Amino acid sequence: MTTHEEMAMVLAGVPARRRRERRIRRFFFAAAATSVVISLAIVASLAGEAWTFISNVDLSALRSLGWFPRRGMYDIATLFAGTVLVAGIAMLVAAPLGMGSAVYLSEYGSPRTRRILKPVLEVLAGIPSVVLGFFALTFITPTVLKAIFGDAIAGFNMLAAGIGVGILTIPLVASITEDALRAVPRALREASYGLGASRMTTSIRVVVPAAVSGVTASLILAFSRAVGETMVVAIAAGATGGSLFSWDPLTNGQTMTAAMAALAIGSDRVRGDDYAFQSLFFLGLLLFLVTLILNVVSERFVRRVRQKY
Amino acid sequence: MNAATMRIAPEAVARALTTRRRDVKGTVFTAVLVATLVAAMAVLATLLFTVITGSLPVWRSRGVGEFVTSQMSADPEVAGIWQAFYGSLLLMGFTAVIALPTGVGAAIYLEEYASDTRFTRIVNANIRNLAGVPSIVYGLLGLAIFVKLLGGITGPDVEGRSVIAGGLTLGILVLPIVIITTAEALRAVPTSIREAAIGVGATPWQTIRHHILPVAAPGIFTGTILSLGRAFGEAAPLLLVGGITTFFSTGDSGLIETLQGRFSAMPVLVFSWSRLPQGGFRALTAALIVIMLLVLLLINGAAIYLRNRFEKGVSS
Repeated sequence: MTTHEEMAMVLAGVPARRRRERRIRRFFFAAAATSVVISLAIVASLAGEAWTFISNVDLSALRSLGWFPRRGMYDIATLFAGTVLVAGIAMLVAAPLGMGSAVYLSEYGSPRTRRILKPVLEVLAGIPSVVLGFFALTFITPTVLKAIFGDAIAGFNMLAAGIGVGILTIPLVASITEDALRAVPRALREASYGLGASRMTTSIRVVVPAAVSGVTASLILAFSRAVGETMVVAIAAGATGGSLFSWDPLTNGQTMTAAMAALAIGSDRVRGDDYAFQSLFFLGLLLFLVTLILNVVSERFVRRVRQKY
Repeated sequence: MNAATMRIAPEAVARALTTRRRDVKGTVFTAVLVATLVAAMAVLATLLFTVITGSLPVWRSRGVGEFVTSQMSADPEVAGIWQAFYGSLLLMGFTAVIALPTGVGAAIYLEEYASDTRFTRIVNANIRNLAGVPSIVYGLLGLAIFVKLLGGITGPDVEGRSVIAGGLTLGILVLPIVIITTAEALRAVPTSIREAAIGVGATPWQTIRHHILPVAAPGIFTGTILSLGRAFGEAAPLLLVGGITTFFSTGDSGLIETLQGRFSAMPVLVFSWSRLPQGGFRALTAALIVIMLLVLLLINGAAIYLRNRFEKGVSS
């Protein structure tokens, strides 16, 4: 045996210890691989029942007056309209409030204000969505919206649901936008001030355009979250049995997620000849794909920011 | 530049520099920014105010202890939240047991062991995508696998709608968050600590166990506890795996029977109570929300406490 080989054996350590190290490594590897298994399980569990749904339901049922799964009417356009409506209202709330807060915290606020105000936004982010649903139903609708629209607005309505979802996504928009703004190098701001630009001009003309990818990413991500949000809509928008196709924010309605929640709490444990149970998974698959695409697009934008600076 | 402007310019500059000209547009812009921030804060304040004032009748007539320990009921006079309160704690415990070892282990593998291979990159991208999947989709996963497929194991007497099914679903839901926050905490550990440990002959596991984990502990604790807070507030996935909203008995059963039994949870109860037409349930729902927010406050407080404690431990 050459000394080199002896050396190598000594350096490699005791065999028992090496086996132990391998075992530990394998455990950690298994933990990491679990995440892939979960993804596959999600796709498999969604796709199976969704396929049963698609292959058994008359395609004309996917284009009817509304979404009434118990009566064999599965108009997807109804739920898409509801989802876009709620997510759109949510963005009207979250985009200005979130971005405004972010610009203030990043460009105007002193370190002390930031230290005090950021945790408050984080508290808002930590509030469970059922709580916002309750707030939308018992405060936003009766106290705020009734005062504006009077009797034109229903007790359960899409507008309150959209505002509730918007409040929920404010912290998300604010924190990602603020990160993007703070990633803009100081030199750009100093150059702008050096040319005599005011703080407002610097913020609007220099910092925000430089961070536009991150700002866009935050908006897309917030939209994706709004599309996937369930409980606020399920509580505040009200329609449980089904809903007619409508773009009216003042009446009740359903989004994809709320329709799923309604199916889950309904009496669909009774096996009928409708495909209500399978439609749940079909909706889940659609929702999964839509949010996946939005998240991937948003991540592209975030990466653009990182590459730039 | 002609002679006239050259003569005037210094005066104009002097005037601009000495007189106080009001920047109207700038002031308005600042005011708008402050207004957005104030609006966000005001929403939070209003929310807390309405919920707390809404819950006052319950505290006055029933008291906290009576409300929390009473059984769930359809009668607003006597309805309490005991099964939901107990169920939420049970679910959180189960979720923690599932998600923490797996999540921390996965993060350790990805940050400390894995080299930058195709597989690692796929796993990382996959975890980021999982974090963005809507929670109700996890409910479908739980419904298909833990309730329908494995119902005979997770809850033989309750068609699979058991604590185990709910806890596994929530565990999977928070797993990506645990992995991401743990990986961040591990990445923040200086490379020099790893190099020093390996340099004196420590094995990878010894390096992780004795040098990296202690330094990363505050970040890991904060991240994982906050992710448990997230699991605590989730209602949508539990609706799908069958959280109970009406009365059911808990009885005195052993651990396994309890885990295989039916469950309720506070967010699920908020959902079902807030839809009830009887006026009495409005105040009860507000009271239930106050209890939920208190538990969340406790969870966040624990996260901050642990972070501070461990940070001190490392520096001394």
